[in-house]
Amino acid sequence: MKKILLGNEAIVQGALESGVDFVSAYPGTPSSEIGNVFSKIAKNNGVYFEFSTNEKVALEAAIGASFSGLKCLAAMKNFGVNVCLDSLLPLLYTGTKGPMVVVAVDDPSCWSSAQSEENSRPFSYLGHIPMLEPSDPQECKDFVKIAFEISEKFNLPVILRSTTRVAHQRAPVEVLNLKSQPPRKTGRFIKNSHQFVTMPPRVLEMKRELLEKIEKIRAYAEKSAINQTSGSWASAKLGIITSGVSYLHTLEALKELNVDIPVLKLGFFYPLPEKMLRTFIKKLKGVLVVEELEGCLEKEVVALAKTTNPKIKIFGKDLLPQVGELNSTKISFALAKAMGKKYQTPEIKEIIPKRYPNPCLGCPHLLTFSILKKLSSENIIFGGDIGCYMLAGMPQFNLQDYLFSMGSSVGIGHGILKATKNQKIVALMGDSTFFHAGIPAMINTVFNQSNPLIIVLDNRTTAMTGHQTNPGIGITGMGEDTVELKIDEIAKACGVKNVKVVDPINIKEYESTIKDFLNKKEASLIVARRACILLAKK
Amino acid sequence: MNLILFKRKMAKNNFNIIITGVGGQGLITLTKILAEAALSEGYDVRTSELHGLSQRGGSVETHIRFGKKIYSPLIDGKKADLVIGLEVQEGARRIPFSRPETVFVVNNSYIFYQGGLSREETEQKIKSLLKKRLHLISASEICKKEIGNEVVSGIYLLGYIVYKKLIPLKPASVLKAIKKVVPEKYLELNKKAFGLIHD
Repeated sequence: MKKILLGNEAIVQGALESGVDFVSAYPGTPSSEIGNVFSKIAKNNGVYFEFSTNEKVALEAAIGASFSGLKCLAAMKNFGVNVCLDSLLPLLYTGTKGPMVVVAVDDPSCWSSAQSEENSRPFSYLGHIPMLEPSDPQECKDFVKIAFEISEKFNLPVILRSTTRVAHQRAPVEVLNLKSQPPRKTGRFIKNSHQFVTMPPRVLEMKRELLEKIEKIRAYAEKSAINQTSGSWASAKLGIITSGVSYLHTLEALKELNVDIPVLKLGFFYPLPEKMLRTFIKKLKGVLVVEELEGCLEKEVVALAKTTNPKIKIFGKDLLPQVGELNSTKISFALAKAMGKKYQTPEIKEIIPKRYPNPCLGCPHLLTFSILKKLSSENIIFGGDIGCYMLAGMPQFNLQDYLFSMGSSVGIGHGILKATKNQKIVALMGDSTFFHAGIPAMINTVFNQSNPLIIVLDNRTTAMTGHQTNPGIGITGMGEDTVELKIDEIAKACGVKNVKVVDPINIKEYESTIKDFLNKKEASLIVARRACILLAKK
Repeated sequence: MNLILFKRKMAKNNFNIIITGVGGQGLITLTKILAEAALSEGYDVRTSELHGLSQRGGSVETHIRFGKKIYSPLIDGKKADLVIGLEVQEGARRIPFSRPETVFVVNNSYIFYQGGLSREETEQKIKSLLKKRLHLISASEICKKEIGNEVVSGIYLLGYIVYKKLIPLKPASVLKAIKKVVPEKYLELNKKAFGLIHD
């Protein structure tokens, strides 16, 4: 049966068809739909699902479940891998018990990302982590199942690395009819400190075991059907090596230029099926490596060519950009150039001025922005953070002096305060961000004595990513009642002396509290609590 | 385009639609409907869309491609056959990205933003640059008047496009897709809006 699914929905489908037991996630565009769908259907499918407080504990929860013998999946955007890396790297050393897939979704062109245009692929090099790259929703589903198989066979986690144009692509997917209401599986943690404890010198032995496993997976990859060659070898001088959604753009470009040449599509990013690659490039005079962002595959091809085909001409980042997503036009240009042909890139001049994102009508953040705008001066520095309130940085408000990662508004603000005299910090942070990363940063300002004004914009949800729950709401990701953590109480418990909860609609009280707290010699925290305007509609 | 030309085009190629608008205008619902309709007629289909930050009141667009075999999910360069503009400035934004054959069906709804053009400037631009390729429709006004709700103006445009044969999809397929995609409680409203042009 064929069903139109989003790439992210297809990942859920693949996990269900594989019999996943345990799923954890932290919301992050373009990965959020994975958690959202599991949130709705987990109960009826015998799956445990949670929105975790951040990606580190999300991964650690999945690790605990894996060590207890359950099949698990952890989902996040690319930046989330940064957050959980400290526990991801040791997991390759211990190996998994129950199979595990980690879904990491990148965002080339930063359609929904600040921070950086981060490429998750090099994590595989850093940690020796097997990685698969689907190119469309059907492959999202199929590769999840294959990833679980690899994880089960070799006892390593496998990263399924997707991108915006795969995650948010809709296409027909062949799906299985699943039995509803299977019972939830109960695991058991069987003690095995030899596997689960990464103390030295055992840790070094683990590394040797890991490197051996990777070579076994490489041999598996050499035979895997998800790495495939297509196209005509008749009078072939130039070939293409590609992966992910770039494969689809490549086929489009070949169609446009009416060219039929050999194409090697890699489903495995790591470990690389080197024999397959050598066989491919041996017979060619030139090869164009089509990949988004950094030229990871290109570097590998250059290294392999040295012994396999030293005369081959290798094209890649000389013809394709390292910045921004690819499309068929960019690939047609590169392909034409590599073939020595002319290609006219369509000239496009914009005629309508850019429309920037805006807070929704009735957004409570607008109240905060209006007050801060009045206070604007060279001596008050505004720290931005990740969430809907990052729109404070849009041209119409211009209320952001720095913007980095989750929780960094306070982290960086503390550094500025310790480094300067007579300058003040107003650090904005959302409720979900506070729990995710804000607490250690806040403790640091108390412990190391700086006086930022931290304003936690508590709109009772994790808004930007689609209104998921968080530890301050009192509802779990499976819709069950739970403890509702209070931000102001946490701040007080962490030693913040000046704490107040206000409703931003009480503008006079809000403004005078801000002015008052700006004069404090120690850290202060305002919880500006008013529900997101879109919550009422849901 | 008439039916014979459509048949010829679809036998070899594919049909490319770009929907433009402002975040929150219902582009994704329309995208889902068109994808389901295309699948039900036996076409291969791929779509692209954006979520999250890109949706907060900024410009958004979705791509829908259907035909015998679709490769890239993106419609880049000037390859769109049809541009559906749910807002007039966003419809105009797509003009440099179109070919002489690209048809524009645009709702004359205007959502102000700082730094943008005036309603008059935009309409003037869009009419002079597109001429006969433009169908500028008062979809929001019509829906408000006839159904009492302008939230379905995108569905009204869809009905316009399908019944005026600007797209190689049958009305029955699109209607079936609407039933599949739209929640039960809004179904009557949507069916009415879709069929308005026909009545």
